[in-house]
Amino acid sequence: MSDRDESDADPRAEQVRYDQARYVENGQYEPLLSEKDQTRVEIGASDGDDGDDSADGGSPLPDDLTRDSLELPELSEPELARHYTRLSQMIYGIDSGPYPLGSCTMKYNPKFTEDVAALPKVAVHPDRSERSVQGTLELMYRLQDYLGRIGGMDAVTLQPPAGAAGEFVGIRVAAAYHEHEGEGHRDEVIIPESAHGTNFASAALGGYEVVSLPSDEGGRVDLEALEAALSENTAALMLTNPNTLGLFERDIEEIAEMVHDVGGLLYYDGANLNALLGRARPGDMGFDVMHYNVHKTFATPHGGGGPGAGPVGVVDELAPFLPAPRVRSNGESKSEPGYELFDPEHTIGKVHGYQGNWLVLVKAFAYIARLGDEGLADASATAVLNANYLASRIGYEVPYEPFHHEFVASAGDQDAADVAKRMLDYGVHPPTTKWPEIVPEALMTEPTEVEGKGTLDRLAAAFNAVAAEDDETLESAPERTTARRIDQTSAARSPRLSWQALEPESESDE
Amino acid sequence: MHGSHTTGSPYAPHTEEDRSAMLEAVGAESVDDLFDIPDAVEFDGEFGIDARSERETRRLVRTILGRNDDLTELLGRGHYGYYVPSLVDHLADRSEFLTSYTQYQPEISQGFLQALFEYQSLLVELTGLEVANCSMYDAATALGEAATLAERVRDTSGHRVLVPDLLLEGRRSTLENYVAGTDLEVEEYPTDDANVDLAALEELVDEECVMVYAENPTVRGTIEEGLESVGDLASDHDALFVLGSDPVALSLLQRPADVGADVVVGDASVLGLPTSYGMGLGLFATTDDYLRQVPGRLVGASEDATDRRAFTLTLQTREQHIRRERATSNICTNQAWVALRTAMHAAYLGPNGMVDLAERGVTRAEDLAERLDDLVGVKAPVHDRHHLREFVARVDQPAPAIADDLEKRGFAVHVVGDHELQVCVAGVPDERIDPFVAAFREVIR
Repeated sequence: MSDRDESDADPRAEQVRYDQARYVENGQYEPLLSEKDQTRVEIGASDGDDGDDSADGGSPLPDDLTRDSLELPELSEPELARHYTRLSQMIYGIDSGPYPLGSCTMKYNPKFTEDVAALPKVAVHPDRSERSVQGTLELMYRLQDYLGRIGGMDAVTLQPPAGAAGEFVGIRVAAAYHEHEGEGHRDEVIIPESAHGTNFASAALGGYEVVSLPSDEGGRVDLEALEAALSENTAALMLTNPNTLGLFERDIEEIAEMVHDVGGLLYYDGANLNALLGRARPGDMGFDVMHYNVHKTFATPHGGGGPGAGPVGVVDELAPFLPAPRVRSNGESKSEPGYELFDPEHTIGKVHGYQGNWLVLVKAFAYIARLGDEGLADASATAVLNANYLASRIGYEVPYEPFHHEFVASAGDQDAADVAKRMLDYGVHPPTTKWPEIVPEALMTEPTEVEGKGTLDRLAAAFNAVAAEDDETLESAPERTTARRIDQTSAARSPRLSWQALEPESESDE
Repeated sequence: MHGSHTTGSPYAPHTEEDRSAMLEAVGAESVDDLFDIPDAVEFDGEFGIDARSERETRRLVRTILGRNDDLTELLGRGHYGYYVPSLVDHLADRSEFLTSYTQYQPEISQGFLQALFEYQSLLVELTGLEVANCSMYDAATALGEAATLAERVRDTSGHRVLVPDLLLEGRRSTLENYVAGTDLEVEEYPTDDANVDLAALEELVDEECVMVYAENPTVRGTIEEGLESVGDLASDHDALFVLGSDPVALSLLQRPADVGADVVVGDASVLGLPTSYGMGLGLFATTDDYLRQVPGRLVGASEDATDRRAFTLTLQTREQHIRRERATSNICTNQAWVALRTAMHAAYLGPNGMVDLAERGVTRAEDLAERLDDLVGVKAPVHDRHHLREFVARVDQPAPAIADDLEKRGFAVHVVGDHELQVCVAGVPDERIDPFVAAFREVIR
């Protein structure tokens, strides 16, 4: 084990030393539910037809339509409360400390948004009559309107359940549009090399050939390379702006013109919209279609992986192709003004069984309504200030400037993944690592607006403390977290994906 | 104070002094200097969105949603309103669960990874298949992912995907979008009294078929009686048998592995989420054979540097952030927190509670159908099958008018045909059944 005292070059780093909760029982961390209990319930038809509804007293169905048994943990509520409380303590969340994961926009999730999403009137079934869910339709209508204004888009669908689903909608809308225009032969989508992995995967899922676009020396779209990539086969160019280096694509107007000149569409990946609120809108830059990541820009909680929501906005020309249904006001035409669902004329159909992640949309609406113009603009301004300030406080080189809400530092001779592991010991979440690859040993850092100066100073101290440490220390990190460094190779070489797949005697050797 | 302030983000803790010191540190006079946006595309307008205090915002949302009517929903057809115990809300809302990101740093995320591992294990027990991922968005997208998996693993040059004619429009349409980028084609096979029409299916399945999809229970609440035959038909033609179901149904009905299912999809949030206007949790399980082709995230067990068991996301080379356009899916953000809720709800019920919940779904649906059948001008259930949770009733009068009248009396039911209503008991309290039957009697008078 490394001597942790050697790492104390910067005394501020000690302010954020962190020992995470760790339960150990019989040499293992918190046991699995299955190690606490396994109860097998036999399922069988009763002899009589007395409708006995107790689980072990006979089934109301004939044997050949039922399973034989069900074996799962049977535990009391107090035991479960303790289990899940312990599990929660073995997780680092945004309420635990700074979470500067680049491209992920991990901002504070206002507590009150949970309350509005838990209102009893939220809990409605999607097959209710439109007349009986006017509140739901009005909230969706208003959110469509808010998002349209924020993105500079003419029409919005709330259906995509995540950002990648939004990308897929954009791709499908582009396909339907080109088909409708008699341009169905367009089979290529151009994507910068430094783009989010979902862009490539979403285009491929839509059946497109992906044309990868290198960056220029400054880290932006290389206009010559773009010129060479564009053709009559171009369906769309997918761009993030600011890009993943945090740089604004200054040539965006020219880029839009070039794409439009060959008949392609310009897609905006909304992952980095938190840089621009109130300062620039994708619609004004010439983008035709965009998605919003409400779990990033609009502060809905990420929930350990999801749910998110990825609404899509489009210009008028593409509105007829959006997923069905959307919400509109029928205020003028009816005696009882209200809201109704409608199918866009040339809709691509559906990308979700119903209307997407409704509970998430309620939270996003509340966040936007709370902040308003000034709050949203201030969020972006402060996010950009925070990124610049943090970058100025850390020793790692930041090769590409001027960045906005995020920057990509290079760990230089250190391994970025190891740097991240060591940062965990300082009570901070590390940045996104090793991506984008244009920066060697990338540390992609996005502090968001919610960290104050003091926290940023401590976060910088953690970066700097790790920068001063030797490889051996980094490679053996982390040491204060619930689990120590986890063997990824072992996990992948012999996959154990359920408690059923674990060796019965999987005790540790200690 | 923050509680009432309406300028600036209420969630940025900076004082003016902080901002000045930070600007000085970066050598800028104002925040404007930090933006590198060409004038031509700068937005100098306003969105026209007023800021509000927290209290005003809560009132606004409450007022808007107040326009939703209070109805007793006897609604199902893919989205169910089972009672969710308080334990789930209180523990899932612990902020470490709610506010953490995907577990890219497993050493500080053991709790969530373990909960997802337990969720996967729950699905393994329910389906009998060896591999379950830790979520897709919903049942419809999980079905779409199953089709693209079938396309990737197919042995033949086939392109046909067979689905029941009863398939929900939302699922059918989503499936069509998922396969739009492939050469797969979705075709319907007929049903017979709301079960797979085996004879007709046998005619349709051929060597060009890569996937056969069935649901148990069906969207009309009927329990399938010939699933082994469907599985045999599919495997005889090297097609994947994909079965749609959910954790409540799977607690009681035939285990998918026992009827030859290769993939199980469906909405797992029947446990864990109350009615949420269609928000769901895509269940996705398959056999070891297709492990490397599974879409989405997988949690696996490993060891840490102290040799203790620990959990981590694994086999990530399938995923978009590594494999990009060669990934098995484009999914990134998923429904992890809903999976946590589902695992909690299942753990709360335990195997006895889960079987009991399913069995009561059978008996309560049967009982209500019998009571409606006793009314003049009503036949229920329409289908001569066993039912889970819901059933179709035939009414002599026009169904839409009856549904409207029921709504005026505080009850929501599905209209599924000119003279067909569908009624679901899942989550409906026992004490609302008598008033529903009474209202039904009144409106058909």
